[in-house]
Amino acid sequence: MSLWLLLAVNSVTLGGLLFLLSVGFSLIFGLMKIPNLAHGSFFMLGAYLSTTLIARGVDFWTAAIVSGLGVAVFGGVVERFILRRLPGAELAQVLVTLGLSFMVADVCLMVWTGDPIRIDTPAALRGATSLMGRGFPTYRLAISLIALIFAAGLWALLERTRLGAMIRAGVDDPAMARVVGIRVSRLFTMVFCLGAWLAGFAGVIGGPILSVYPGLDGEMLPLALVVVILGGSGSLLGSLVGSFIVGFLYNFGQAMFPELAYVVLFLPMLIVLVVRPQGLFGRQAV
Amino acid sequence: MAEGARTVTALAVRGLQKAFGGLRVTSDVDLSVAPGERRLIIGQNGAGKTTLFNLITGELKPDRGTIHLFERDITRVPSRRRAHLGIARTYQIITLFPRDTLLRNVALALLGLTSLRWNPFVRLERQTALLARAREVLAQVALDHLADRPLAQTSYGERRRVEIAMALAQNPRVLLLDEPFAGLSIEERQDVRALVKGIPRDVTIVMIEHDMDTALDFAERITVLHFGEVVVEGTRAEVAAHPRTKEIYFAD
Amino acid sequence: MKRWTLAAVLAILATVPLWVSGTFYVNIASQILLYAIFALGVNVLAGYAGLVSLGHAGLFGIAAYTAAKILGAGGGHVTVAAAALATTVVVSAAFAVLALRGTGLGFVMITVALGQIVWGVAYRWIGLTNGDNGISIVARPSPFGLALATPRSFYWATFVVFLVAIASMAAFVGSPFGAAVRGTRDQPRRMTALGYNVWMIRFVAFLFSGFWSGVAGLLYLYYNQFVSPQAVALTASAEALLMVISGGTGTLLGPIVGAALVVVIKNVASAYIERWNFVLGAIFVGIVVFMPEGLVPGTVRVWRRGRGR
Repeated sequence: MSLWLLLAVNSVTLGGLLFLLSVGFSLIFGLMKIPNLAHGSFFMLGAYLSTTLIARGVDFWTAAIVSGLGVAVFGGVVERFILRRLPGAELAQVLVTLGLSFMVADVCLMVWTGDPIRIDTPAALRGATSLMGRGFPTYRLAISLIALIFAAGLWALLERTRLGAMIRAGVDDPAMARVVGIRVSRLFTMVFCLGAWLAGFAGVIGGPILSVYPGLDGEMLPLALVVVILGGSGSLLGSLVGSFIVGFLYNFGQAMFPELAYVVLFLPMLIVLVVRPQGLFGRQAV
Repeated sequence: MAEGARTVTALAVRGLQKAFGGLRVTSDVDLSVAPGERRLIIGQNGAGKTTLFNLITGELKPDRGTIHLFERDITRVPSRRRAHLGIARTYQIITLFPRDTLLRNVALALLGLTSLRWNPFVRLERQTALLARAREVLAQVALDHLADRPLAQTSYGERRRVEIAMALAQNPRVLLLDEPFAGLSIEERQDVRALVKGIPRDVTIVMIEHDMDTALDFAERITVLHFGEVVVEGTRAEVAAHPRTKEIYFAD
Repeated sequence: MKRWTLAAVLAILATVPLWVSGTFYVNIASQILLYAIFALGVNVLAGYAGLVSLGHAGLFGIAAYTAAKILGAGGGHVTVAAAALATTVVVSAAFAVLALRGTGLGFVMITVALGQIVWGVAYRWIGLTNGDNGISIVARPSPFGLALATPRSFYWATFVVFLVAIASMAAFVGSPFGAAVRGTRDQPRRMTALGYNVWMIRFVAFLFSGFWSGVAGLLYLYYNQFVSPQAVALTASAEALLMVISGGTGTLLGPIVGAALVVVIKNVASAYIERWNFVLGAIFVGIVVFMPEGLVPGTVRVWRRGRGR
């Protein structure tokens, strides 16, 4: 029984991490219609940046936030100087993000070499916490909590602020949004940076669990893709629900059929695409 | 067949409804077009005219109501099959194949109804019968001299005529023309008007138009749409005299 | 004009081993041919059907892996080829049914996910694929008793397959069905109104594209005598797409030129630079931003401008 419980906790953790990774992807795709194929690279880059900062004595949480900022700045530059040069050419934009993902991966390999790097769990959160009479790894609980806090925060942003209203308008009807006077290009840059920050931040806080190594980007990207396909693009709730579904499937799949973890992901994707192509909470088919 | 005269309607739409979210675009529309008739549909922008065409061709699914083509219920027939049953249409915005010649464009229209369209073995260039027929169709719209010209190098007026050629190529029983005169110069309008007048009576024509002067000449019966509903219908004289028509058209 | 260029290129390619010295270069030429077949396959979808796939390395790799497994189990070469291609076509059908649920970018996204799943399986299902270590095969086939072990003989055998591929593509492109495929790229709405079954047309194009990707995968296995998850990675799909867009979509010559370009640069670059992926990415970004119509049309455009047209 405790194995299943441990798996469940790990799944919730992975789900939380995936949420932070995919909500950015979902917003970028929903608003800008760009599947950002560099999103996995953003995750990995954030993790790598934090290893350098932490090695210099910066504390874990500061490193997480600052690394996220570094990735966000990189994302902003990309959006402003490359993606914006290709307005409306969505396929071209996708290919650019793909090219960038390769470049980032190789730069990371050059700077941080090919050995996996461990990120230590922040001291305050090591060990176990007892909850309902059982001991759970404190850090894993913390990740889930962080994810939920961010989910609530993003919800508040989207539903209660002007910026959020503009984002939702842009997702629902970009043409109309422009007509109404929303500065769409500025909005795009902001959302792209936000998505990049979230991915980078997620990479850091996922570090103590996943470590960081070449190829991490290629492993995280399809997970984000499946989450968005399952949950629906542009939907916060969809990203949340989709992340937990994928987290559970992946972990339980890995535990029960260790070699078939990816095939397990394939099945729900298949079902969703055939039965409900817009995903659980999406507006239109992806 | 029953004894005595039994009128068959070419196109019958009954109780058609379509809404997008909360917006009713088509509201309980009834339409009956007799074979060979020339029907004009008018109404202001947003009245739901093109939506009606999209419902008839199957591009949109109605929320409620039926569509009958020569007494056959086609409400559930998928869009791609309706061409095979005899419905053809032109589009308000020109939707032709820009990278091809005029001949190729019309050839594609001809191919659509033949089983040849699935053939990956023969050469399209060698289908002399098909290509000859395509030239004939272009001749019908007085464009056969430009048959080998790429579409990108033709004028807007010429493309409007190619739009019509594409529809005529399929020998439709019911032809839906969506604003065929849009954006044309006075001379070009004459050409298209003559073209449309020359279409034989075994084709039933329903036309959407904005330009009243050109279109009134063509129409035998007129249906006026307003906010998705049919508000006036009748002969040219009846519609012109109807108080609601004046209301709608002279209100602003 | 285009037909003569193609014929000239084919004539040159036919005689490569006669005037190229050194097995290294003949091998590069063999690689160019097999990747050209792959690129031509991807071009059927990307160039002619307007559907960009970033998961085709999955199909390429499935053919290679299936062949490697069956060879390892003692199958004869004919059985192997048939089984590998049949499997690839079946998987292509599955890919197609899923990917076609998305339109435009959704299609791209789904193919990425599908390709990555195949990669994930190749990487993780060690019992089946030997994971990162890959699967080696002992020898190349000897059809009709001709040994293909030497670079020259392998080149000519590949060239024959390449000719068949080109002939098949040319027939496809010039056929009524080919015209229908291009029609669905340009005006899918109108095609439906004209009576075409757009979904079915795309589905069949996908199968045709998958088949030739499988053929290329088979050749790849025989060339390298080895297959690993590297062959199904996203970078592999990206390289194939790069070959298509750098050469220019929508022509037969384009993918061939693109394949030559990418293979040569990759081989040359590897000798001097360790970071091929960086170069690949930079080229992608560069081409997309500066010469979006591809090198062949782009060069034609520049040439015409130079001639003052």
